[in-house]
Amino acid sequence: MVIARGLTKHFPLKRGFFGGEAKVKAADGVDFEIIKGETLAIVGESGCGKSTLSRLVMGMIPPTSGEVVFDGELVGSTALRMNDFHRQVQMVFQDSYSSLNPRLSIEESIAFPPMVHGLAHNQAVARAHELLEAVGLSPTQYARRYPHELSGGQRQRVNIARALALRPRLVILDEPVSALDKSVEAQVLNLLIDLKAQFKLTYLFISHDLNVVHHMADRVLVMYLGRVAEIGPVEEVFRNPAHPYTRALLASRPSMDPRRRRAGSPLSGDPPNPIDPPPGCRFMGRCTLAEPVCATVLPELSDIGTDAAGETHAAACLAVLPSSGHSLATRMVA
Amino acid sequence: MPDTLVKARQLKVRFVQNGSAINAVNGVDFDLNAGEVLCILGESGSGKSVTLRALMRLNPPSKTVMSGTLEVGGRDIIAATEDELETLRGPFVSMIFQEPMTALDPVFTIGHQISEAIVRHEGLSRRDAKLRAIELLEMVQVPSAKRRLSAYPHELSGGLRQRAMIAIALSCRPKLLLADEPTTALDASVQIQILTLLREIQQEMGMGMIFVTHDLGVAGEIADRIAVMYAGRFVEEGPVVEMMTAPLHPYSRGLLGATVREGSRGTRLTTIPGAPPDLRDLPDGCAFAPRCSEAQSPCLAALPDLRTPEPGRAARCIHVESRP
Repeated sequence: MVIARGLTKHFPLKRGFFGGEAKVKAADGVDFEIIKGETLAIVGESGCGKSTLSRLVMGMIPPTSGEVVFDGELVGSTALRMNDFHRQVQMVFQDSYSSLNPRLSIEESIAFPPMVHGLAHNQAVARAHELLEAVGLSPTQYARRYPHELSGGQRQRVNIARALALRPRLVILDEPVSALDKSVEAQVLNLLIDLKAQFKLTYLFISHDLNVVHHMADRVLVMYLGRVAEIGPVEEVFRNPAHPYTRALLASRPSMDPRRRRAGSPLSGDPPNPIDPPPGCRFMGRCTLAEPVCATVLPELSDIGTDAAGETHAAACLAVLPSSGHSLATRMVA
Repeated sequence: MPDTLVKARQLKVRFVQNGSAINAVNGVDFDLNAGEVLCILGESGSGKSVTLRALMRLNPPSKTVMSGTLEVGGRDIIAATEDELETLRGPFVSMIFQEPMTALDPVFTIGHQISEAIVRHEGLSRRDAKLRAIELLEMVQVPSAKRRLSAYPHELSGGLRQRAMIAIALSCRPKLLLADEPTTALDASVQIQILTLLREIQQEMGMGMIFVTHDLGVAGEIADRIAVMYAGRFVEEGPVVEMMTAPLHPYSRGLLGATVREGSRGTRLTTIPGAPPDLRDLPDGCAFAPRCSEAQSPCLAALPDLRTPEPGRAARCIHVESRP
């Protein structure tokens, strides 16, 4: 459904005193596909570029280079104009309050996008009521309320309803439950699963919570400093993580069993600064498998196997790449 | 007989403003001994942070009304004067917060902020205090500690800022550390670093710790005991393993079922219907009864008393049998 090729976004920083130019490489040559009907999750720590990536796919910010192809048409070309593309792709953000206009009632907020795209007012309001029903808010009770009168979970339901108002096919969910309490999080996740089946949606689900990703996604893309570290079917990646970063992330989850507490932290240090990262592997500084070769060679994303359904599992790590020069390379492949 | 650091009996905190009163904490009883870690688990608005702040009397003084008994280090917190509180805050009890960026002062260096409390409470010279500050930063595992002393908060990453705040809190070797969701704003990889660090320091120094969180996974990593809070009351309290494997109260069970975890893929998450009660107008009976699938008429009539099915565990639910 969506093919992203070489998506790159560099944010320039102010020039230094001697004219040196620094760049934040928020996304650096990212390739991936979203298959129709699936939920693709993007995980990574803060600053890894996952939100930038979602905004690039959405066309909210222009890429430095690279392109997005939607249903075989290049986004932004004459065949698929931005405006038409946005009818098919909508987004839900983390902060449910700041993404709603405080001066519009709930029904006006939801009816707004269809009206912009040319639907008559009364039809748009009728659609808003249908959608409120679909997200579990009774229209008679909530349609005339304003965002500040709702709880966080209810507001996130309104945001989801608004994202569905144009009947999109792809919904980008940027940390939709991160700001919610656990019991509300469960309600919203259940709702998202139901809506996906009801409206035949495809999700691009961005999260830093690996448990939520495991629950929701079909495939997962692990991002580290603007690059794809690993991508593959969620069960496969969680069972046999190939990239040392994925392994460390998985081991960082609280154990949920006080009898088996985590002994130490699997990752030391903070996520490094994305300003002018080193030439070789970006994870090198925190990696337990790092060798001199990692400092010079930028690992490319390469296939390392397929799961039972034929889905590709790929990772960007020299230790799993045959004949990469890394001492573990052959042993781990064999 | 272990040292009792905190003793709370029927602790109530109300916020009164413009004629309306919010009942944030409605009768909380607990003890905390030295060397013990209690996690208060609850959702937004359950009163967990208000309870924690009450222990240092940090709730806004103009509108806060406290009642009941609250002793911290044997001192009556509700009746204490500001001067008495000052001798307690720092050397006996200190707190770390969720947002290090707002808790730290942006215009002073980390080193200055750490040594400030040491100079004030222990009467050390600035130079000696600086040496202690370096020790403290090393203890919380800040790399190149000496260099970081002259760093301002905005120059540090989120994980380092949180470590710096822990260093400030530990600067006067408190016996009781209060932590208000200190890892919520951090990435998972940094969260587990901070949790293991807090656990190590707590055991090394033999501190008592009260840790407020909404995340069951975090509680499982750090707690000895867990208290589940709902609408300003402890609805259940018990040792961490029992609480996470066989909770007694329907609300605790609901929270456990609603938490996404390994193995929940493909299953439907159980949810708790409805919303928490309005804290201005609490029901007479069990505050959870309107959302509870097991509620019966006695639940609505009167607040269920605390029942203890086995030593060390207690729950406010009529379905729990007390055993002597």
